[in-house]
Amino acid sequence: MAKILMKGNEAIGAAAIKAGCKFFFGYPITPQNELPEYMARELGKAGGTFLQAESEVAAINMVYGAAGSGARVMTSSSSPGIALKQEGISYIAGAELPCVIVNIVRGGPGLGGIQPAQSDYYQSTRGGGNGDYKLVVYAPANLQEAVDLVMEAFDVADYYRNPVMVLGDGMIGQMMEPIEFREPKKRELPPKDWATTGTEGKRKPNIINSLRLDPAELEKLNQKIQAKYREIEKNEVRYEMYNIENAEIVFAAYGTTSRIVKNAIEMLKQEGINAGLIRPITLWPFPHKAFDEIPETAKAILTVEMSCGQMIDDVKIANNGRLPVGFYGRSGGMIPSPQEIVNKAKEMLGGAK
Amino acid sequence: MAVVFKRTEGLTETPFHYCPGCTHGIIHRLVGEVLEELGVLGKAVGVAPVGCSVLAYDYFNCDMHEAAHGRAPAVATGIKRVLPENVVFTYQGDGDLASIGTAEIVHAAHRSENITTIFVNNAIYGMTGGQMAPTTLVGQKATTSPYGRDPKHAGMPLKVSEMLATIPGASYVERVSVHNPANIRKAKKAIKKAFECQLSGKGFSIVEVLSTCPTNWGLTPTESLKWLEENMLPYYPLGNFRSPEEVE
Amino acid sequence: MAKAKGKVHFKEDLCKGCELCTTVCPVNIIEMDKKKINIKGYHPATVKEMDKCIGCANCATICPDVVISVEREIEK
Repeated sequence: MAKILMKGNEAIGAAAIKAGCKFFFGYPITPQNELPEYMARELGKAGGTFLQAESEVAAINMVYGAAGSGARVMTSSSSPGIALKQEGISYIAGAELPCVIVNIVRGGPGLGGIQPAQSDYYQSTRGGGNGDYKLVVYAPANLQEAVDLVMEAFDVADYYRNPVMVLGDGMIGQMMEPIEFREPKKRELPPKDWATTGTEGKRKPNIINSLRLDPAELEKLNQKIQAKYREIEKNEVRYEMYNIENAEIVFAAYGTTSRIVKNAIEMLKQEGINAGLIRPITLWPFPHKAFDEIPETAKAILTVEMSCGQMIDDVKIANNGRLPVGFYGRSGGMIPSPQEIVNKAKEMLGGAK
Repeated sequence: MAVVFKRTEGLTETPFHYCPGCTHGIIHRLVGEVLEELGVLGKAVGVAPVGCSVLAYDYFNCDMHEAAHGRAPAVATGIKRVLPENVVFTYQGDGDLASIGTAEIVHAAHRSENITTIFVNNAIYGMTGGQMAPTTLVGQKATTSPYGRDPKHAGMPLKVSEMLATIPGASYVERVSVHNPANIRKAKKAIKKAFECQLSGKGFSIVEVLSTCPTNWGLTPTESLKWLEENMLPYYPLGNFRSPEEVE
Repeated sequence: MAKAKGKVHFKEDLCKGCELCTTVCPVNIIEMDKKKINIKGYHPATVKEMDKCIGCANCATICPDVVISVEREIEK
């Protein structure tokens, strides 16, 4: 199939429709508006329904209802809107329902700004809502990857009965790149025999619920969910190792920041410094094992984020005290330049060679 | 002799957890009876609220969702959009619907979602221990209005049916009460009409049911019915506020 | 005039002793059985003079716990 040129937000919408998403509930917020607008235009043509909800809170609860009734369903928003959705996301995780949530991250805290940021790492990977739950979190670095991951996200959500988040930023949402739609690897998806579609008098009622008043029952639910998370950690970790062989310094960066880091790596090479990159594609489950593969040539790890330092916590956990871990970040929608990253790397290595 | 009254198939065998004399049980039964009589139990999907009736999913003999506090109409919207041929209803109390869930109920009505809402108004938060609700009457004591509701401080009680009746999409709006057998029979008729409104695709329907809370009102069940009649009926008049014919 | 004859059955263990049924019986035959305590710890409602029952189902209509079932026969 020939590649087509699409804007990120629209490509994500198109990928969702290709993946069989039939329902979209959303609420306007910049910088993700082209996604719901695309769904409003296109989802009906594909036999689905787009509905603009009265709020992000309502939108995610509509997702909860639709997912419980067995549909492939998606919502999207940006940081403050995702904060509002946390109630519903926690319920969806607790009731073990599949859905896909897209967060086109903008700077915070509060109303923040509308420029790209990565300051929702904690919000995405540490829960965000109440209780012990996790989302599978994909962080694409380019539009082809975004499209591939969105398509796979629906299968992963269905397979594990768990919400999946695709974390982009204003850059992923707004840029244009050539893409093609590729079938994700085949998974044997279990039948949705738990969905509320009406008993037809043929079975006992299905109940979509996260309430367990009996503490022993609630702990049992948590243990079941945690067992599922261990399974996801085993099967679904994704990351890219870039130029890691003989690296003197290893960057850790995800999403669009990883692209800037790759430029910095080229610049360092020209100065005779060998630098590599670990790029988590799944932020949860985090690619801990990638950090076990760092060569002995490496003297330091430098985490680069468009935030004040959030993923660095996971990098430190994965590094387990082996190497010094530094941080360089810009926030509020400011984007780190390759030169800034090069300077920080050289500083960590003890000045220019 | 012929059986003229027996437990409806619309309810499971699970005994209600409600306090003695709480009229939630009556309203549950009416909904179950209506679903059975309309022959729609097999395609019904209900949404339970947060509040005293949080466990409603154990009582209705049909597929159920348990929603977050106030969000039942949004959850029902999601279900109904996926399953337009099914019968979708929410069962919500006054804290759930008239306080934390006002946006969701107003906009479900506004979109004229083809769902049915059973709104149980007993003028208090029951589950959490008798706090003031938006529907608590002026002067009525609650644990968070210990000297009686002062309208200067907490506003006047919210008249949900009257408010929703101003929304073009609200096709059927009726307020009923369950304080005596005659009114219980009328309540059942209204609930049936509301579901029929949905079955004929006429859009959003809601029945507000005046109900009691003997435990948190500090009255016996019998005194509670009398209190409802004497205090709630004058402020919350019974009757139809919107019917599908009017909407057409 | 046709005379209705009724019979009510109480699932005593479901009764919470709220007494609402006793207030709506037109022939005043329902009372709380003070000699009995049911599984829930309440004095359950009961009928002593069943032959007076007219099967109107008021008691079952107001019972919040679906304790009561009603049979009825019209004598011509």
